[in-house]
Order: sequence, then structure tokens, then C-alpha cells
Amino acid sequence: MMQDQDKKHYTRREFLRNLSLTTVAGLSIPLLSSCSKEEAEDFLQKHFREMTPEEKKAVIAKLEERYSRKYGKKFEISTKEALPNILWGYGLELSRCIGCRRCVYACVRENNNSRYKPQLHWIRVLRLKRGTLINLEDSEHYYDPPQVPEKGFLYLPVQCQHCEDPPCVKVCPVHATWKEPDGLVVVDYNWCIGCRYCIAACPYKGRVFNWAEPNIPPEEVNPSVHYLGNRPRMKCAVEKCTFCIQRVRNGRYPACVEACPTGTRKFGNLLDPDSEIRYIIDRKRAFRLKEDLNTEPKFYYFFET
Amino acid sequence: MSVVEEYMPPPMTEGMFPCSNCHATMEVNRTKRVLKEEHTDINLHHAETMRWCLDCHDAKNRDKLRLYNGDLINFTESYRLCGECHGNVYKDWRAGLHGKRVGYFAGSGKRIYYLCANCHNPHDPKFKSLKPEPPPYRPEENHDARSR
Amino acid sequence: MEKFRETLKETWHFYRRTLSLVIRGSKAYYAWCLFLLAIIWIGLIYYLKQHNLGLVETNLTDQVSWGLYIANFTYLVGMAAAAVLLVIPSYIYSFKPIKEIVVLGELFAASSIIMAILFVMVDLGRLDRFWHMVPFAGLMNFPESLLAWDVLVLNGYFFLNLLIPVYLLVKFYYRKEPNWKFILPFILASIPWAVGIHTVTAFLYNGLAARSFWNASILAPRFLSSALCSGPAIMIIIFQIMRRISAIKVEDRALFKIAELIAYAMFINLFLLSAEIYKEYYSNTIHIAPLKYLFQGLHGHKQLVPWIWAAMTMNVIAFFLFLVPGTRKRLATLNLGCLLVIIGVWIEKGPGFVIPGFVPDPLGEIYVYIPNLLELMVSFGIWAVGLLVFTLLMKVAIPIEAGEFSHVSYIERTFRREEEDQAWRQGTFKKF
Repeated sequence: MMQDQDKKHYTRREFLRNLSLTTVAGLSIPLLSSCSKEEAEDFLQKHFREMTPEEKKAVIAKLEERYSRKYGKKFEISTKEALPNILWGYGLELSRCIGCRRCVYACVRENNNSRYKPQLHWIRVLRLKRGTLINLEDSEHYYDPPQVPEKGFLYLPVQCQHCEDPPCVKVCPVHATWKEPDGLVVVDYNWCIGCRYCIAACPYKGRVFNWAEPNIPPEEVNPSVHYLGNRPRMKCAVEKCTFCIQRVRNGRYPACVEACPTGTRKFGNLLDPDSEIRYIIDRKRAFRLKEDLNTEPKFYYFFET
Repeated sequence: MSVVEEYMPPPMTEGMFPCSNCHATMEVNRTKRVLKEEHTDINLHHAETMRWCLDCHDAKNRDKLRLYNGDLINFTESYRLCGECHGNVYKDWRAGLHGKRVGYFAGSGKRIYYLCANCHNPHDPKFKSLKPEPPPYRPEENHDARSR
Repeated sequence: MEKFRETLKETWHFYRRTLSLVIRGSKAYYAWCLFLLAIIWIGLIYYLKQHNLGLVETNLTDQVSWGLYIANFTYLVGMAAAAVLLVIPSYIYSFKPIKEIVVLGELFAASSIIMAILFVMVDLGRLDRFWHMVPFAGLMNFPESLLAWDVLVLNGYFFLNLLIPVYLLVKFYYRKEPNWKFILPFILASIPWAVGIHTVTAFLYNGLAARSFWNASILAPRFLSSALCSGPAIMIIIFQIMRRISAIKVEDRALFKIAELIAYAMFINLFLLSAEIYKEYYSNTIHIAPLKYLFQGLHGHKQLVPWIWAAMTMNVIAFFLFLVPGTRKRLATLNLGCLLVIIGVWIEKGPGFVIPGFVPDPLGEIYVYIPNLLELMVSFGIWAVGLLVFTLLMKVAIPIEAGEFSHVSYIERTFRREEEDQAWRQGTFKKF
């Protein structure tokens, strides 16, 4: 009888142990299988700044092969570093913006943004009533008139301001975003954990989140990309305007500057006294958004005279 | 870091240039008037109370534009003419501030300036309004929205 | 070294013995555990969907990027910090009636911290990259990022709130006197640490210049005062439940003392709230917008208004219930006050705090955030995990504290069993 009791006790314990082990094993299967093959490949990838040149080459090769397979175009991922003596600055002439949003969609096409579910725009054009410029609470984001500009309104496009003292860099818990030597604030998409603290910290709503796997029509994909810039991203990583890092580091104007039909947007090197942006700061009435927050943005809004 | 600067070609109507094809043999009529027989598609809306065609186009050589001091310039340099009245804007345009430039601003590429005439029709320079691109999806719809 | 190995062996033996405690129980116990497991299972299924497809399955957007999960996280960190309210009187002032239940309070803090950490984990977009946040293995942005601080202090607090009660319970199980020289520094450290975890969580929000609703120095004091209301309130209710279903003895005097302390904390909470309201409404700058959204509605959006007014009413009523000795010392009104405080502070500190920070967003846009079914189910699942952990911990701790479950009785039972075994083999076994 004692042995029966013992046996029952033993069997019950055995049973519960087996049950718990099966549960753990059974749970880990769906959890692991919900990670895609790409996620498994990238799992141990190091932070971009910590990689040796060989590791970078290996990662670039892996990504190029993956993107080429996915989108059917030959991808070229650049890792071009910042050139010395450069601090990129941006100028936007508020007297000329007509709110046509051509810059928004040129950026989307150049930077391989997700088109739908969700739709990610790095530039957001605000429509303000004439007489207001600072209180953005009355701004309209979704204006859709038949023709722009509308009388009595002015238009203020906003994107990542590439601050000198970026609050987003301060708060990122894993150093996934940082300021490059040429002043650009960039994100290592493979390192971002998706906590969205940087989105909460940005005073200009410059950062957006890939809430799902991005949807890019393969025929519209831009295959000349930079690792820190417009390469196709993955779900649950933060992204933002990079001043077209893939273009400016080769000396080319960003896509939004080229797309603007009224010549509103200007770009240049703040450290070069002959650049367009220095001309603006020296001669025009330029200001920056939310200067009281001391973020020192490098995005200058100015007026013609 | 020497960037080659280039200019966009002037936007000529198809088949019009060189103007001397017709005008070499035509008589010059210096009366200020609205053209009835030819060039009726041009609607002069550029200081039309004070100026008319022959104030900018050279009367004797229609392939050239005429500056104030009598110099004749090509259509490819039309900005010099615009700059005579619009001096401030011209100064800004030269610096690369007014108007549009595309291409490369550094390195060994080309920087291509848009001429005044590429954006502003010299006969009716005011910018026309455009149809704006569509607004972004509202956040409530963004998660489910399909592509437009 | 030998002593350390001895302690480890004892702890392992203790752990195996507690398994038997956890597995056996009354029908009500099984029903409760199965009910919680069912909720956890449902939450897990929904979470897997979110993990697969991304956070697009929630109602979060770029405009309101933190929602129900972070709201719950904030509330639960407060609850965990409130365990200190029991620790201070007990160890510092040696208020006898509380001393007995301190260990249980600390285990409650441990369960709260588990829930808080789980809420952060489900909110992360890329949970598989969690190792990026581990110091030395990943690249932790310490000391600049407050989230990195939060990870460190929360895990440290969790460790403390497991070490101290488990150590004391093991010692009590073996009827040995705890080595106070070893454990007292940890106990004393846990007091400022508890204040620390909630201050760090407050600073997480406080440091964001972009969000004027949060960028107020009053945030950390308000967090602490509201935490010191909700945590002890839920503990009062839990102790009454445990007093009913188990052998633990909790004096009414202890409960009334805790309630009195809640009254003072609630007074400070209400005072700080009125300070905030005065400042915003009197200065009337554009930064009043989030507060207006909360209390009056902004541009016609009034979703949070009934919730916050309900929370305010509940808090004020509870304050008076706790303040007046007549209502405080009557169990019925005491329990009513506790429920009101728990729900009121949850609304005020959860959705009533996180969501107005995002409305209006930095570019002036208003997005009305209402959690969807997936978020609710995952949240319920995590609350169920916390309750289950707490139940299991209590199932072990209470018999030990009550003296029923100890090594002495184990020795006795084993000895008796061996005796019976021998008797059975010899044929002289007699069933009693």
C-alpha cells in the first residue's frame, strides 16, 4: 500500500513534469517559427559601428543577395563614410512652398518607403493659416484641395531636422540611432529593438515606425541604397529622413530638393562658406523650428528677403 | 571638389527656332499692338502696360534677345535679360538660391541650373497653381489601407 | 565555501519540497489556476499574432506610439514600489503587526515587477533583438538613456524582492535564525531602490522636452504618491483574501495602519494634481492642450473625459473614506475605498497619463487611441501571469509563515514514513 502511494505520488510528479516540459517545447515551436528565416539569419548581427570591415562586407553581401532575390533588381549597398569637414544643412524657403507634396512622394520613391499597410511618409507638409507659424495645433495635415496654393494659407513641410543635440539619440536604449560625423542622424535598422522611445522623444515627429513588414511594389524599388539610408527596411524598425545619405555623400542633391517644382528646397555644407546654405543663413531671415528646445536642428526655414 | 556647372536648355516651342527662318525677310513693325496673325498663343502678361515684344526681342535679329545697353544675347543666356529688371532675384539665382538646381553640388558631377524660362514662362511668368499630390492616410486608416 | 555549498543544497531541497506544496491544493485552488492558465493561453495566442505580423495589429500609430501596454507598465512599477510602504514601518519602526506580512508584500512586489517587465517585452517591436539591451552582450546606452536605467533598476529590484523573501522563508523553513548581517543591507537597500525604480520610470517620461505634458518637474513626486496609494490598497484586499482562505494571521490593526498611510499618500497625490491644474489653467499657454484633452476634450475629441472624471471622483471619495477613522476602521468601507483607489489610480496613471502625452502630437495632430481586442487580450494574459505567479508564491510562503510547512515536519513525516515502510515489510503495519 505504501508503495502504491509512493507510486501515485511519483507518477503524479512525473506526469506534471512531463506536462510542463511538453508545454514549454510546444510553445517554443510557434514562437520560433513566427521568426522568419531572415530574422534568424540576422539574429546575431553586430551593431554597425562595431563591425570590422570584413564583417561589414559579409553583411552587405548577404543583404544585397537577399534584396536582389526579393525585388528582382541588382542592389548596390553603399557603406560610404562621412567625408571630413562636412556638416550638412538644409534650407527651405517658406515664401515659395505651395504645398504640392511632390517632395513627399519623391522621397517615398527614392527611399523605398512602405507604400501601404502602413504608408510611411518621411516628409509631412502642414498647412497653416496666415498669421500663425509657431502653434502647430491648428495645422491641417490632410488638406486635399483641387489646386494649391490656397489663398490665405502657407505651407510648412517638416521632416527629420538632424539636430546637433538630438533627443532621439539621447534616449535610444541600445544606441541604434546616432549622429554621424557629418551631422546626419542615422539608424541601424538591424539593431533597433522597436521600443519607440525615440518617436516619443522627437519634437518634430521626424521618425516613423514600420508597424508591419513594408510593402513596396517591386517595380518601384530603388536599388542604389546606403546601409544607413534607404535600403529596404523590415518590420518594427524605426526610420526617418537621412538627407538622402546615399546621394549627398556622393555630392548629389537629395531627392526632395530635385523634386520641388518651385525651387523651395536648398541643401549644402554648413562648413563651406561658399555653399548655398551659408548664403541663406548669412543673408536671409532664417529660423529653425522649436528653437526653445535647444535641439539645434540643421533645417533652416527662411523667407525671400 | 570642382562641380561642372551647366544650364538647362531654354524651353523652345517645337519648330519655332531659329526665328530668322520667318523673320529674316519680314518687315519690322514697331507699333505696340496685340498680335493677330501669328504668335496668337502667346498671352503677354508680363508688365504688358509698360513693355511689349520688341523690348526684349531684338527687332532686327529675332534669334537674339536685346539687353538695355544694346547688347545681343542668345536664348541660352536669357537670365541676363531677366536680371536687368529683377536684380535681387538674379543675384540669388546666381548664388544657387533662387530657383532650381539638380544634379551634383560637390564631387565630380554636374550641377544643372534651371534657367528662368524653364520655370517661368517669360510671357506669363506667374506660377500656375498645381494639383497637389494626395494627402497621407489618416492614422485610423493607415494600418489597413490598401495602396491607392 | 562549505557553508555556501551547504546553503545551496538546502535551498535546492527547499525548492523541491515547495513543488509538492504548489501541486497540491483544494478544488478552488485548481479552478483558480486553470482559469488563469486559460487567460494566459488566450493572451499568448494573440501575442503570437502580434509578433508575427508586427505591431500593426494593435491600434498604435506614429501619433500615439505608446498605449495600453506602457500604461499598464507604469501602473505596475508603481505597485511594485509600494511594497516599500510595508517594509519601512516593519524594519525601521518595528511596528509588530506588519512584520509578519512584510515577506508576503515583497513577494507581491516581485510579481508586480514580472508583470511590468512582461508589458515592456510585449510592447517591443522586435523582441528577438532583446539581447541588444543586455549590458556587455549588447550595446546598452547607459547612462544617457533612461530606458537603459529602467532595465537595470527593475531587474535589480526584482532580484532584491526575490532574494530577501526567499532567503527569509528558507531560513524560517529550516527554523534557523536568518543571518541579519547578510540580509539586512539588502533589506535596507530595497527601500531607496523602490523609490528609485519609480523615480527612474518617472524620469523616463520627464526628460522628453518634446512632450510638454510630461516635461513637468512634478512628475516624479506624483508618480511616487500615486504608487503609494495603489500598491498598499491592493495589498489590503489580498491580505483579507488570504486571511480567509489560509492559516495566515493578519491583524486588523495592520490593515488600518496601512490605510492611514494611504490617506496621507492620497492627500499628497491630490495636492500635486491641483498644483498641475492650477499651473496649466492659470498660465494658459499652448501647453494646456493635453490637459484640456484629458479634462474637457480638445477640438471635439472627448474620449478620455468621462474616464478621468470618474477616476477623480473615486480618488476623492477614497481619500475621505481612508481619512475618517470611522470609515477606515470598518472593513466594508475600507474595502470599498481600496477598490476605488486601485481603479482610480489605474486610470489616472495608466491611460490618463500616457495617452495625453501624445495628444496633440508634436505637429499638432490629434489621434484618438482606443486599445483593440488584441491589446486587451494580451494585457489580460499578462495580468493573469502576475496573478498566477503571486498565487504560487503565496501557496508556498503562507504555510511557511504560518508554521505549518517546515523542515521539522518534513523530517518527522519522513521518519514516520520510513517507520511505516519498515513495519509493512515486516508485516507489523497497522493502519490508523
